Amino acid sequence: MIELENLGFSYGEGEMLSDISLKLAPGSFHFLTGPSGSGKTTFLKLCYGALQPTAGHARLFDQDVRHMSRDDMAMTRRRIGVVHQDCQFLDHLPIADNVALPLTVSGRDSLEEVANLKELLDWVGLGKRASAYPPELSGGERQRAALARAVIMSPDVVLADEPTGNVDWDMSQRLLQLLIELNRMGKTIMIATHDLNLIRTAKSQVQARVLRIAGRRLQLAGADL
Amino acid sequence: MSNLAILFKSLFSSDNQSDRVVPPSGFTARLTVFASGAMAFLTVFALALSLASGRLASRWGDELAHSSTLRISAPAEQMAEQVQTALRVLDTTPGVALARALTADEQKALLAPWFGPDLPIDSLPVPQLIEIVETEEGYDGAGLRLRLQAEVPGAVLDDHTRWRKPLEQAAGRLRLLGWVAIALIAATTAAIITLAANAALAANAQVIQVLRLVGAQDGYIARAFVRRFTLRALSGAAAGMVLGLGAVLLLPPAQDAGGFLTGLGFTGAGWLVPFVIPPLAALVAFLATRTAANRVLSELP
Ligand SMILES: Nc1ncnc2c1ncn2[C@@H]1O[C@H](COP(=O)(O)OP(=O)(O)OP(=O)(O)O)[C@@H](O)[C@H]1O
Ligand SMILES: [Mg+2]
Repeated sequence: MIELENLGFSYGEGEMLSDISLKLAPGSFHFLTGPSGSGKTTFLKLCYGALQPTAGHARLFDQDVRHMSRDDMAMTRRRIGVVHQDCQFLDHLPIADNVALPLTVSGRDSLEEVANLKELLDWVGLGKRASAYPPELSGGERQRAALARAVIMSPDVVLADEPTGNVDWDMSQRLLQLLIELNRMGKTIMIATHDLNLIRTAKSQVQARVLRIAGRRLQLAGADL
Repeated sequence: MSNLAILFKSLFSSDNQSDRVVPPSGFTARLTVFASGAMAFLTVFALALSLASGRLASRWGDELAHSSTLRISAPAEQMAEQVQTALRVLDTTPGVALARALTADEQKALLAPWFGPDLPIDSLPVPQLIEIVETEEGYDGAGLRLRLQAEVPGAVLDDHTRWRKPLEQAAGRLRLLGWVAIALIAATTAAIITLAANAALAANAQVIQVLRLVGAQDGYIARAFVRRFTLRALSGAAAGMVLGLGAVLLLPPAQDAGGFLTGLGFTGAGWLVPFVIPPLAALVAFLATRTAANRVLSELP
């Protein structure tokens, strides 16, 4: 589904990612770690086509990112749910509409889907905050809403960038359980995080691989994690 | 799908949600409504001018097609001879298609409105009228007068319709100017709406980015903007047209004596013509916004 081949990337001055090859198998669970500024967010952006590799290839669902039209890209985005580090909401719409946005833009905002929306908001514990606007939500609430939006299209892949960055331990456990549940439903999951405890908890429940960005390369982290 | 079909669909599909994904923007909204309103108001007057001068041109043109007249006043005993001479002169004048002396009955009919039907025309010194029908090119009035002066002393050539020719041309020009004004107004409307749409698109770059991240296609994003601007132009132009029609209604009514100035307005089915302004304004807004949106969307990363 997501396939990187000898991928390199640079924002302009000097490569920040080099020679990265990775194939995300369907149903797999990955963590992505690395120091702040090492390029985790950049890497995820390459995985959902928001950035194009400056060397090598990125293929999403067997299509080379470089040869995809903007409409192709839009269709691909509907199959990849992303929890953005900075959430990326429309501040003029209530949180329920923001969560439903992927349905809206793909013309799937039918009654049935709206019923699912209610269920989904309850699932992330935002049932009572549905009509609040994004700026009125706490950091943790926003991240839960972002997760809800990422999965509402029931995508094949979920990429989560620091989904537990702003929440306490209990809440991060809850969010992790949501993602593990999705994985058990067959979704492919990749979570970028600094939180080693989170990774340890996850590894006790699912088979997760831990990738680390170090020195511009992607490595498989050791068994210590 | 043709432009019109898309326009129709984007206007009348009840896709409220797609409208809401773009935040309401007070400034560009007001600018668009005001500009289309003002332009529609002006278009009503340009239309009134065009239609009125068109009517004038064709009326004058019709009259020009009528004959001019030669009037012969002579003592009764010379009348027949002078008429014969005049007809001979006219027959040999280039540019005269037909020359014909009016019969006594015809002359009677002409005078009846003034003197009643029982006029003993034969016993009165009434001038004899000769009807002249010109060819396309027309005749040389000054030359004809000179010849008549020499051969038919009692003849007076009345070609009063000729002075209307330049007026007819002027009316034609005026009508053309009216249409040019309408074209310019349409172009200006397109320019203003393009500017407003560009401003709205630039102000919403962040919104567009979010929409793309959740899988919105360019067509969807463009439609959200296009629909808005089209509806605003439609409502603004409708208001401007109503005000413009009101203002035209308040003009003094057309009178024969007033001629052109008081004839500025609409007649009959002409009153319906301004009603095409709002749909046309909507079409202009639709095309302008769609062009702007497609350009901006293809430039944004
Ligand atoms: N648009 C950009 N243009 C130029 N440089 C950028 C851009 N975005 C990120 N960078 C730089 O690239 C590097 C990697 O950024 P990135 O956001 O991928 O790091 P990260 O691993 O996600 O960090 P964090 O853990 O703090 O989120 C940073 O040095 C950052 O300053
Ligand atoms: Mg990051």
